[in-house]
Amino acid sequence: MHHNGSSRILVIGGGFSGLTAAVEAAETGSEVIIVERNPYLGGRVAQLNKYFPKICPPLCGLEINYRRIKVNPQVKFYTMAQVESISGAPGDYNVKIKINPRYVNENCTACNACAEVCPAERDNDFNFGLNKTKAIYLPFEQSFPLIYVIDRQACPKDCPAPCVEACKYNAIDLNMQSKTVEVKVDSIVVATGWKPYDAAKIENLGFGKVKNVITNMMFERLASKNGPTGGQILRPSDGKPVEKIAFVQCAGSRDENHLPFCSYICCLASLKHILYLKEQNPDAEAYIYYIDIRTPGRYEKFFNQVKDQGGVNLIKGKVAAIEQDSESDDVIVTVEDMINMQKIKQKVDMVVLATGMQPEGLEFKVPGIQYAIEGFVIDSDGIYAAGCAKSPMDVAGCGKDSTGAALKAIQIGIRR
Amino acid sequence: MQKKIGLYICKGCGIGDVINTEKIANIAKNALRVPVVAVSDILCSNEGVELIKKDIAEQGVNSIVIAGCSPRVKTYEFSFPGCFVERVPLRELAVWTIEADDEKQLAAEDYVKLGVVKAQKGEVPEPYIIDINKTILVVGGGISGMTAALEAAKSGYDVVLVEKEAELGGFARKLYKRVPTDDYSKGVLADVNLDSIINEVTSNPKIKVYTSSKIERIDGQPGDFDVTIAKNGSTETIKIGAIIQATGWKPYDPKKLTKKYGYGKFKDVVTNFEFEEIAKKYNGVIKRPSDEKKVKSVLFIQCAGQRDPEHLPYCSAMCCVTSLKQARYVTDGNPDASAIIIYKDMRTPGKLEYYYKEAQNTPGVMLAKGEVTGIREEYDKLIVTVKDSLFGEQQVEIETEMVVLATGMVPTTKEPLDYLIGLAEAAAKGDEEKAKYIEKTKKPEFILNLGYRQGPELPFLEGGFGFVDSNFICFQYETRRTGIYAIGPVRQPMNMTEAQEDARGAALKAIQCIEHVAKGIAVHPRAWDTSFPEPNLTKCTACKRCTEECPFGAIDEDEKGIPFYKPNRCRRCGTCMGACPERIVSFKDYSVDMLGTMMKSVSVPSEDDRPRIIVLCCENDAFPAIETAALNRLKLDPAVRFIQMRCLGSMNLVWIADALSRGVDGMLLLGCKFGENYQCHFAKGSELAKYRLGKVQETLDRLQLEADRVQMYEVAIDEYWRIPQIINEFMDKIRQIGPNPFKGF
Repeated sequence: MHHNGSSRILVIGGGFSGLTAAVEAAETGSEVIIVERNPYLGGRVAQLNKYFPKICPPLCGLEINYRRIKVNPQVKFYTMAQVESISGAPGDYNVKIKINPRYVNENCTACNACAEVCPAERDNDFNFGLNKTKAIYLPFEQSFPLIYVIDRQACPKDCPAPCVEACKYNAIDLNMQSKTVEVKVDSIVVATGWKPYDAAKIENLGFGKVKNVITNMMFERLASKNGPTGGQILRPSDGKPVEKIAFVQCAGSRDENHLPFCSYICCLASLKHILYLKEQNPDAEAYIYYIDIRTPGRYEKFFNQVKDQGGVNLIKGKVAAIEQDSESDDVIVTVEDMINMQKIKQKVDMVVLATGMQPEGLEFKVPGIQYAIEGFVIDSDGIYAAGCAKSPMDVAGCGKDSTGAALKAIQIGIRR
Repeated sequence: MQKKIGLYICKGCGIGDVINTEKIANIAKNALRVPVVAVSDILCSNEGVELIKKDIAEQGVNSIVIAGCSPRVKTYEFSFPGCFVERVPLRELAVWTIEADDEKQLAAEDYVKLGVVKAQKGEVPEPYIIDINKTILVVGGGISGMTAALEAAKSGYDVVLVEKEAELGGFARKLYKRVPTDDYSKGVLADVNLDSIINEVTSNPKIKVYTSSKIERIDGQPGDFDVTIAKNGSTETIKIGAIIQATGWKPYDPKKLTKKYGYGKFKDVVTNFEFEEIAKKYNGVIKRPSDEKKVKSVLFIQCAGQRDPEHLPYCSAMCCVTSLKQARYVTDGNPDASAIIIYKDMRTPGKLEYYYKEAQNTPGVMLAKGEVTGIREEYDKLIVTVKDSLFGEQQVEIETEMVVLATGMVPTTKEPLDYLIGLAEAAAKGDEEKAKYIEKTKKPEFILNLGYRQGPELPFLEGGFGFVDSNFICFQYETRRTGIYAIGPVRQPMNMTEAQEDARGAALKAIQCIEHVAKGIAVHPRAWDTSFPEPNLTKCTACKRCTEECPFGAIDEDEKGIPFYKPNRCRRCGTCMGACPERIVSFKDYSVDMLGTMMKSVSVPSEDDRPRIIVLCCENDAFPAIETAALNRLKLDPAVRFIQMRCLGSMNLVWIADALSRGVDGMLLLGCKFGENYQCHFAKGSELAKYRLGKVQETLDRLQLEADRVQMYEVAIDEYWRIPQIINEFMDKIRQIGPNPFKGF
């Protein structure tokens, strides 16, 4: 080991896997730098209402990890940042990190005075555009860091910038520029995670064309208390409470034309979504159209727990079409039931497409990192993938995978 | 070093607009006798922080009370190494959540007082540091154990690997081929390469291997475990820093499947494990047991016992892929051979889907969803009946030369844990029942043989089928025995590749634990904490509550019941402190006296119509929820005063007696969800608080107070919206009961 007995590790991505790799490595004595593209840490799981199978909030574990970061001087992080280049070799990498302007500095106290006077709105990407925020906004209440951010593209051209006036803490700087920092590290953990597969690409499932067809991640936001509906599961077109719901599994996954792999979590996610709905409406009727129900290991217990609720219909079958009902905002799902060899038409209030995980690496490649054709990161000596950047996996799997990746990264520093 | 307190009051974020900070400063100076008091416009600004630093340097201030915002924000700004720092969240608890200005002021005065009390009573902890050994013990020499050993050695640590069999390798020894770890383009059957892994282990100078050996006993604590290893009738005791349990699994007993699938009745019905042995024995040629004839057709039955409440209620996670692999043993190089797999659901999650796809494209391999309803023998063939299949609605009969039952995995921990659960249940019924249980129950072989008061093995997972307790989604490796990490199928069913990854992570955790105890720092979840419980044993009455309640089994006891605290096993939740009726357990910066004095310092209005409520809340979940309620400007009843705790498990009943006898009208406890799906980071903390609360009646009876004055709610970190509801509900009850008669005494 060197540098006072510690390795220097760059972690790309500050979601669940990146945070885990970072705190585990730092608490083992390494110096860690996290680079996160979003204005907050927490990544994809921050958008989840609850985790399966315990139906517990992701923020609970994130809070612990944030605290571990706050008290550990060995961890540094950059939000709104991305890696521009990586050069060098294991044990001696040079990394350029570009930090994009947040337009709000660390003086921010999250008092909200700026947002109160802001005249402009933007689509809330945290809620998948299901509602709006002001142009100056806090991504969500328990964001870390708890600092506002400005979406400059949402600012009107001739805006008198009342936010600057309203801020008593000198926290808003509209002239903030992007800057580049250079760091030297021994090894790199790539934890860039995934994004929901674009459901509009799956022609026959009607997303974007048929009203009340949403994705599983949108459903998470609908069920979240801090989501666009205050946690009430209402269908988007008319706000009607949902009584009949259909889940289309493998929406894009296990499909050569879309994502050839299985996304691991979507069966469990849909089962969890049924619990969300049943909590609000115990009489709700749910239909799951699936190829295989994949609840491996101890998750079987969760599958049974959901299945044993009344009104859960599991149909092995392929969804042929999703169409708008001619007389209402209801949706009609046409399915080939593969066991009973018959075609079913089912009318429901809302359809949830269990879309899969597209590795971020498919469209967003970090320079200097090797990728497989589907966008997953390929390990090389000194550079290690963690979590869903490597393969689709559940949160628990990400925890163990990124802890293992942290060890590999540490070993590079030791080897020298 | 003489304590010198400095109180710094911030006027920013609207605090100065509604709170008379000068008045508070005067109270602090005069009534609370705080030597250094300052008010700042924006304390987190450079000038504000510099002001504090200057006082530290020039005035010798070493205990700092910051009255401004929550400790969850501006952590870097308000970090003063070597000083005791207490953050008083005036902004959140007084300004943002309380409606009326006069109430805001009263709350602010109260909270500042509490912060000062905390600073008066608290000390900067000195870490507990002992001479430690950094060797890692790995129990179990299968693939998981060997991987863990190699990874730890690669990271520079000495390893002792203990395997009960004469040779390393575990179940991998039985394998003919394995599933490739990732890339299937170069073939679907990979060599196990076990010899090269074993060689790597045995030739590594940092790894010492004990074969044909067992763990006879483990005593001590992380960094200083005494591990006794038994080999060939002799024993050796060595020092160990941290432990990894990789003892794996056993196949489900196939004899239990005789009725269902004819195992044992028909010679050519074998398990997947036996099939693997056949393939290995004949080097890839499949000969059936009955007549050693080379077979051309094999039918695999998936979930042979798994996903079945009568056998194994869980899925074994690896059997689908194993059958896909074994099907190729049948078809590889035999163009006229066929392998049929009958499954409930084909479970090849993630990239394993590619492995499934390869099988779908393999001539001779046939895959069908269905349910096997019976097997019978006709001449030298087996006839398998299948219903609800993709072959059609009707029941079909399939003729085959051989049947493979894809049976599942049972963790090696199941037998010892079942025995221990039975023992605990018997013991709960009395000594006689316990003796009877011990007499009539066959004692299984224990694995770790921990010399811990709370039992010889890692605690089991409630409703977890014999797997050990590591029920955190976010923190997979955390068991309830500090410094002992379970990996591979003792944690949950998994395949070999997953187990190898698991091993790598556990190796890191073991190293991390060793490095933390070397510096006297706690491990997860308080991985920064240098405090530790310091019991004043001269006053101990040997009631055993602390030794019984500690969620991590950190406290042993002698025959008289006098406890021995093992600080390196401790996670610093303070459950022992809460459990102790004599109030003798304390941490330097967290004690019964400290929190008790804080509770006694809360103002109690003398008017009957102005109730006062103390809310004790967990700092990890309930408090952030309260703070988020504040951020959303949800209004709370001004009667409440919040006090944060490390964990609700540290709640001592004496506080309730003290507060209520001073006229506080009610106490509300906010903790994490407990039970099978617990959210408590200390596993049992909130549950123990609830249990302890069950005994509060006695206290209340003594004071002649109503039971409803003390209540506990489970609240999750994201349930900020429930905070006002819970408080209002509680306040309604308190108002119904009426004022505490001790008011004004």
